[in-house]
Amino acid sequence: MQLWYSLLDLILPFGWLDHAFMKNALLGVLLVTPIFGLLGTMIVNNRMAFFSDSLGHSALTGIAIGVILGIKNPIWSMLFFSVLITIAILVVKEANTASTDTIIGVFSSTAVALGIVILSRNGGFSKYSVYLIGDLLSINPTDLLTLSLVFVLVIALWAVIFNRLLLASMNPSLARSRGIKVRLYEYLFTMMMAVIVTLSIQWVGILIISSLLILPAAASRNIAKNMRQYHIYSVLIALISGVSGLILSYYWGTATGATIVLITSAFFAGTFIVKLRYK
Amino acid sequence: MRMNMLQPKCTHSCQWSSCQCGLCCTKITNFGVSRGGTQILKDVNLHIHCGDLTAIIGPNGAGKSTLLKAILGEIPHTGELQFLDANNEGTSKLSMGYVPQKLDLDSSSPTSVLDLFAAAHTRLPIWFSYPKKTRERVRETLARTKAEHLIDKRLGALSGGELQRVLLALALDPIPHLLLLDEPVSGIDQRGLELFYQTVSILRKNYDLSIILVSHDLNLVAEYADRIAFINNKTLECSGTPQEVFSNEKVIQTFGLDWSKRYLRDEKDRVDNAIMV
Repeated sequence: MQLWYSLLDLILPFGWLDHAFMKNALLGVLLVTPIFGLLGTMIVNNRMAFFSDSLGHSALTGIAIGVILGIKNPIWSMLFFSVLITIAILVVKEANTASTDTIIGVFSSTAVALGIVILSRNGGFSKYSVYLIGDLLSINPTDLLTLSLVFVLVIALWAVIFNRLLLASMNPSLARSRGIKVRLYEYLFTMMMAVIVTLSIQWVGILIISSLLILPAAASRNIAKNMRQYHIYSVLIALISGVSGLILSYYWGTATGATIVLITSAFFAGTFIVKLRYK
Repeated sequence: MRMNMLQPKCTHSCQWSSCQCGLCCTKITNFGVSRGGTQILKDVNLHIHCGDLTAIIGPNGAGKSTLLKAILGEIPHTGELQFLDANNEGTSKLSMGYVPQKLDLDSSSPTSVLDLFAAAHTRLPIWFSYPKKTRERVRETLARTKAEHLIDKRLGALSGGELQRVLLALALDPIPHLLLLDEPVSGIDQRGLELFYQTVSILRKNYDLSIILVSHDLNLVAEYADRIAFINNKTLECSGTPQEVFSNEKVIQTFGLDWSKRYLRDEKDRVDNAIMV
């Protein structure tokens, strides 16, 4: 950690980086946003925006369960619950009784309602409102260590599964005819999403987490002509928005997550205009 | 997929002119599929020779696509699927190529034709890089279906006919024993469809492919198929040459008497003309 601090002091001697919490936050942003950019590409491709939203919402119940069990850091109960709800959605989806949107909607609203009911029991919901908007500046070195591990894991897993996941998402029968285990990859991908969303929620916030997943990829999609460009632009947009959002939120005194999302929205608007003009 | 290792040699005697080797064949025996307790396909027996194009026709919901999916192994089935090779008496593993009706992507998707092939062929993640040889190989593969100029286009920007040719090229790399085609119900113009059939015809001669084609266009089927299998009421009701099938009572009932009469008359004219010439 000390190395990171002195490195920053050396190459970026700016006022906004004076405090240690800003240095931590910067490292956090540099770790989290590329992952969001990467995973977002597939989420947008598969039209899973709504699903990632419901993952965020289910975290509220995860926190509530953590509170009931008396766990101080609710991250584990959140992880457990979001994985549980992911499996539930996939299983119900395979039974093919209602449209996917409806199923996700049902699970998502149930999870939110349950979370609010439990957390507001003694009129004390306001102390959990930090989870709604997130607080990136509260990130500490232990969190950063977890994040770096997840960062490496996600990149590695993404490299291994991406090609087959892409085929499976375009046509399951086609993937099957080439010997791809479609369900395995579908489960792996959604689990990855669940873990990433849950881990980042305390810093980004339930309300805007899915925008952070969707927007960079959606903006990149406007201008990309193949998968490689799609990924490169998406990761770049996520990174640039992340860093500039952090700086701006420092000077404006605003919530970091929301500021980042606003900048990605601007990117989306910009690329959308480019698309209209040149296509 | 069940594979029986000890099978008798294919005893088929070649009676169709297009069957060039006639020594290997794909055998579907007593195929049945049930889902959620209901039987949706039963007692299907098909014998497909290499170089033959077998078309599956039938009314909507009769089980045509179900049969394809069962052959692919996507949904569980009863009965046997065997590939019998002339040389080693049915021990070789059946490899299948599949051309789906459509891909599940919207028109703005940034997936290029090259991306699709690279994703299918390489392990290196395509968002990172392609192996150098990939592009050349993909171009060669696409040339088989006259689609090499589409290599850098986005899949969403292709016309229905172009996409079909790209998917056909993908299914032919590597060359499979059995090629399964699911013809799109809509989205391809008549010319594109004919071009597709012509390409399939040429390919099957060149590579001695066994082809199963689910089709909705009776005219094209009559022109290009060697054998027709008529699926109705959850089973194979009749199969044989186009002449045999189109004079079958049940087929006439399903597709209308007029069509069948016209087909048989045209066919007779063609034969007569051929004799006169």
